[in-house]
Amino acid sequence: MDVQPNPTKEFALSRGERDSAACAIAGVINEQGRRFNGERIIRMIANMHDRSNGLGGGFAAYGIYPEHKDLYAFHVMLDSAAARENFEEFLRRYYEIETEEVIPTAPLREIRNRPILRRYFVSLRDRVLGEHYDLTEQDLVVRHVMQVNGQIKGAVVFSSGKNMGIFKGVGYPEDIGRFFRIEEYDGYLWTAHGRFPTNTTGWWGGAHPFGLLDWAVVHNGEISSYGINRRYLANFGYHCNMHTDTEVITYLFDMLLRKHRLGIEEACVALAPPFWDDVERMEPERRELVRGLRITYAGALLNGPFSVVLAHSRGMIGFNDRIKLRPMYAARRGDELFIASEEAAIREVSPELDGVWQAEGGKPVVCELKVPLDAPEKEPARA
Amino acid sequence: MRRWLVQPEFKVERDLERCIQCQVCVRQCANDVHSYDEEDEQVSSDGACCVGCHRCATLCPTGAISISRSQLEFKPNANWTPESIRNVYKQAEGGGVLLSAMGTDRPWRVYWDHLLLNASQVTNPSIDPLREPMELVTYLGRKPDQIRVERGPDGKVRLATEITPQLKLQTPIMFSAMSYGSISYNASQALARAAKAAGTFANTGEGGLHPDFRQYASNMIVQVASGRFGVDPDYLNVAAAVEIKIGQGAKPGIGGHLPGEKVDAAISRTRMIPQGSDAISPAPHHDIYSIEDLRQLIYAIKETTQHRKPVSVKIAAVHNVSAIASGAVRAGADIVAIDGLRGGTGAAPTTIRDNVGIPIELALAAVDSRLREEGIRNQASIVAAGSFRSAADVAKAIALGADAVYIGTSACVAMGCHLCQRCYTGKCNWGIATQDPFLTKRLNPDVATRRLTNLLRGWSLEIKEMLGMMGVNAIESLRGNREHLRAVGLSDREMVILGVKPAGE
Ligand code: SF4
Ligand code: SF4
Repeated sequence: MDVQPNPTKEFALSRGERDSAACAIAGVINEQGRRFNGERIIRMIANMHDRSNGLGGGFAAYGIYPEHKDLYAFHVMLDSAAARENFEEFLRRYYEIETEEVIPTAPLREIRNRPILRRYFVSLRDRVLGEHYDLTEQDLVVRHVMQVNGQIKGAVVFSSGKNMGIFKGVGYPEDIGRFFRIEEYDGYLWTAHGRFPTNTTGWWGGAHPFGLLDWAVVHNGEISSYGINRRYLANFGYHCNMHTDTEVITYLFDMLLRKHRLGIEEACVALAPPFWDDVERMEPERRELVRGLRITYAGALLNGPFSVVLAHSRGMIGFNDRIKLRPMYAARRGDELFIASEEAAIREVSPELDGVWQAEGGKPVVCELKVPLDAPEKEPARA
Repeated sequence: MRRWLVQPEFKVERDLERCIQCQVCVRQCANDVHSYDEEDEQVSSDGACCVGCHRCATLCPTGAISISRSQLEFKPNANWTPESIRNVYKQAEGGGVLLSAMGTDRPWRVYWDHLLLNASQVTNPSIDPLREPMELVTYLGRKPDQIRVERGPDGKVRLATEITPQLKLQTPIMFSAMSYGSISYNASQALARAAKAAGTFANTGEGGLHPDFRQYASNMIVQVASGRFGVDPDYLNVAAAVEIKIGQGAKPGIGGHLPGEKVDAAISRTRMIPQGSDAISPAPHHDIYSIEDLRQLIYAIKETTQHRKPVSVKIAAVHNVSAIASGAVRAGADIVAIDGLRGGTGAAPTTIRDNVGIPIELALAAVDSRLREEGIRNQASIVAAGSFRSAADVAKAIALGADAVYIGTSACVAMGCHLCQRCYTGKCNWGIATQDPFLTKRLNPDVATRRLTNLLRGWSLEIKEMLGMMGVNAIESLRGNREHLRAVGLSDREMVILGVKPAGE
């Protein structure tokens, strides 16, 4: 299989520019873990068609690979047969490949210039884990994904979680959804993104959601603190290769929640802390906590206008900048929580709602699964 | 006193039509340029000793005095500048080390003037500081790499990580080290009071802490320099933080010398040395000959202060500044202050002042990058010093990676200094760098305090405007954010060191 050269990453990266965008975001979760297909999320994002300009769209879906739920599902974009060869050689060095296949797509006139799209269900070789007594399996996966994205020309791993997958590309989001046939998957949690990039042209790897392990982030806005967030992350071994704001948001959440084991609420305080005047008015114990978070994670503060939906296998978080410079609505209906840039997108799929509200600046909207999820995580290996 | 071959630098002219023979200039000029002839009832001027401080012209009620550069031109010579010729004359006559004060006046590249700030347009809205909170609060000190929290039985989340002592600044600008002795009592007092009023810190310099200034000690950083003047446990404990001075940008590797004539009763008490004796700061600390020794001193100070005060280490920006800063951080410094090539001084050998060290912009960028590469940037705050002339310079320094800046020269200028560079003569006509009671009383501490707080306020407001225009509302989002800087007219290599892109990219 051969394709003409495709703009996955080399093009945008060679310009060394950062990509930022104004966008539409949406998410829906069934907190009882009941699965439903991608039809509704397509309708939600299509309702906000005018918030994108056809230069990028994508979806994240959780619970879609129950038959492979213990394996990492790597979704990969490849520019060429050579890129594929290099990538697979890299992959085989560290992973056992259980299944590999082309990601099924539907022929769509609107979707052009697509790269090779493949997925690999893999597990880390025990030997590899044994070689790194100080790293967890997840640390290694993060490292490998960064290595591929940073070093293997023409290859981008754009989804690397278990029992979840990201589908994205250049086009209007509803077209991307049909292209990837997402109505044929069943998930308990879906998020979607429609892009309106403002300073780069569209490229496949730069579409959203941005994923790492089982995090998937969609975001609307621009992170004006990007320069320092990126340098701050480098301190902790995270290297931003994709030149997107969403990438730094994802890494920051990964670091705070997974590596530093903060709760969601504390992580959100670190990323969008209250103003000092408000901190001074808090009761002493709380003040100490917030002050500690704010000064320690000063480099993690996300500044500028943004609304973000962070999805992970256990739930979904909606999150706004400190002074709410971008719109974000949340709504409940029965077991379901919806988040979207516009209320209309929610009403489109659920005209009747138990409640709908505007998320407050800096205060996360959090929804967690009410049922257990059996995704056993390997313990860090000991030397 | 006029030297034979050294022609005057300034020409002092008096408009006789305007002059009312009031003799204000005669009383104001400590350099005896103006004199009154009783017989002729006539004021006259001899510009030979004029240092260009503008005191007389500023105070002349009729504006009769004008000071201009002497027009005596040498034959143009790109190599032998008038300055270099004059210096040879001076040394041929005096045979000594030429002294200067304030920062170097040589045309070394000022990188601030080659860096431009960013602003928001459309995609990310700018924020109006008049409507939205705009935060400049800065905490200086060691930060942990990560926070641990614990959930109590009541379900409340508590901080489980101990945060070491921090200095809380309302604005990221502090007053640089200027010792009582090198500057007057009134000037020292004004700096301390202004720091307290503005919620920031003033540095005592190495001259000890006058008992009268203890009331401002919660806003003062006390310095421990190689002379150890005025250092005792009480001095260390009363202040907000302690700074070990290793070097100074204007004279890296050089000690200090306060002549005995300036050591009056009050200064002798404050410095804890006999009255009239020279106060000599050796070039190195005689107990610091290696980085381990520095570590010992840092921990001796931490022990003495029961680990309640952050300890800063001030170094001059020299060639391998980033390695030195990294060593200081690993030795336990909570704050590293870096003083650049253009930093000021009360007295320094001219040739050292003008030729040693590197510009603060490059040093700051290199240190910030180095500490990040080593993953220890969280372990210490960086304070940059060495000539900040405006709020824009400060904002650019913060974007390069400084947590805060020290200002010395600008603070003096705010109090009236005219940069005549003659602080070492002790004849500062503006009452700043002098101990002569006739001159020191010219500086009204209330007025000077107000002028200093005004300066801090003005710059802080401007920094808030700049943050808002960049679309951020907290200083930490600018700190180290080099994406908000672009370079004009710099070489590729310089841009690599500064970590900035050229304008247009
Ligand atoms: S030294 Fe100052 S006060 Fe004296 S004549 Fe010159 S400008 Fe005037
Ligand atoms: S402090 Fe006084 S002596 Fe020193 S440069 Fe300023 S005006 Fe001149």
